[in-house]
Amino acid sequence: MDKVFTGGGQQNEIIYIRDLYKSFGDNHVLNGVNLDVFNKENVVVLGRSGTGKSVLIKIISGLLKPDRGEVKVLGEDVTALSGKRLDQLRLQIGFSFQSSALYDSMTVKENLAFPLVRHKKNLGRKEINRSVEQVLDAVGLLQTINQMPSELSGGQRKRIGIARTLILQPKIMLYDEPTSGLDPITCIEINNLINLVKDKFNTTSIIITHDLTCAKMTGDRVAMLFDGKFIKQGTFEEVFASEDERIKDFYNYNFVKESEKI
Amino acid sequence: MNSKTVEKVLFTKKVDGFFQGISSGWQFFLRFFREVFKPPYEFKEIIKQCYEVGYKSLFLITLTGFITGLVFTKQSRPSLSEFGAASWLPSLVAIAIIRALAPLVTALICAGKVGSNIGAELGSMKVTEQIDAMEVSAVNPFKFLVVSRVLATTIMIPLLMCYTGFVAMMGAYLNVHQNEMTSMTLFFQSAFDKISFLDLLSSFTKSVVYGFTIGMVGSYKGWNASNGTEGVGKAANASVVLSMFLIFIEEILLVQITNYLRT
Repeated sequence: MDKVFTGGGQQNEIIYIRDLYKSFGDNHVLNGVNLDVFNKENVVVLGRSGTGKSVLIKIISGLLKPDRGEVKVLGEDVTALSGKRLDQLRLQIGFSFQSSALYDSMTVKENLAFPLVRHKKNLGRKEINRSVEQVLDAVGLLQTINQMPSELSGGQRKRIGIARTLILQPKIMLYDEPTSGLDPITCIEINNLINLVKDKFNTTSIIITHDLTCAKMTGDRVAMLFDGKFIKQGTFEEVFASEDERIKDFYNYNFVKESEKI
Repeated sequence: MNSKTVEKVLFTKKVDGFFQGISSGWQFFLRFFREVFKPPYEFKEIIKQCYEVGYKSLFLITLTGFITGLVFTKQSRPSLSEFGAASWLPSLVAIAIIRALAPLVTALICAGKVGSNIGAELGSMKVTEQIDAMEVSAVNPFKFLVVSRVLATTIMIPLLMCYTGFVAMMGAYLNVHQNEMTSMTLFFQSAFDKISFLDLLSSFTKSVVYGFTIGMVGSYKGWNASNGTEGVGKAANASVVLSMFLIFIEEILLVQITNYLRT
């Protein structure tokens, strides 16, 4: 589909979120989140751990229901969808999990073929194999095709996780902490891969992270989440030029942390 | 402000938790019947799970079944010989094995081996977000993971029960042959002399119920696992304990029903 959906506003929002609230018991995770993500844009959601970043993308993908608010993805109200209609929408969304979430009992090839076999029933075995090889080649891991997830490194698992979501050629990519737990070199490789995915597959993405390097390398726009609300949105430079103490602290903390590591 | 979902404690947390557990277990049970007849059917996964449940339990089942038959015969001989009724040994052993031991031994072994395996596997998939990954790729994880496993245990445990019964009877025959030099034909003729169709039917029915229970309990506990690796261990453990508990409860009920039909 080349059609660009408009959410609730006038522009070409692929994701449109207004007044989003989500609580778990007494823990108010999201307190009135507003966000627009436009076509072929990479939006980085930055924030401390436990501020509801992952909850936000789980709501976008329909894994969690919000308490209140409007969430439109490709023009569809996610909160009102269920069953087959939600599945149809999910086929347009790729979700790269923090833990990679590769199926332990399957080889890399079976992991990648898993969604294809179920959703592209017209494809023969040869075509499925070709798609698997193509997408593995795109993430630079064709040699791992017959390996089990337990035989892969953390970075390889992340890449295969991204490859598995790309195989259905989604319009939207949601990355949950794509660089967490990886060494700096692998982080840069993953950041480059996120940019490559955007260019090659024309995806619109939300990248959840607290890694400033990842934010700077991959984000067209950065949105800073604090206490369940976005306190600043803009380019990386715009956000971190802010005089807001909370943003300054977050920036300084990242670099203090880095220097402590050294 | 947002709508708060703070749960009120009605009695104590433990009592509330118990009733919530029953309620969510019932919902899980109903969901199985809603999903099982709905296409698409995961035939490949069902066959794979049948292999996991059936073939991979064969060694353990062979060993325990054979020893059960052998030891039961050995233990029963002195009592029967005392009354000069050693010739009744084959039919006594057959009644015990077919009516009670084969279904129960198979179910208990499978509750330990298969039930814990299902609980741990699904629990691990839950805590590592593999179930969520399936859901966001628009594949119904309940159908793929739960329905296939419950069907596999429901199909394979009755077959394993038949096999256990056969192996246990061979163990019994070995002991009888050692002591009385009875031929295999004579042993099996006298063994099945007292076995009715109702005995076979009730045994088979019991195994179907036990198989379903093991699959459901293992899947339910794994599906609802939380708190990382600790939760996985708890799910595996609770699968075994709850399955065994339910199997004994079901045994009492099914024996009562069979006895009622017999009279």
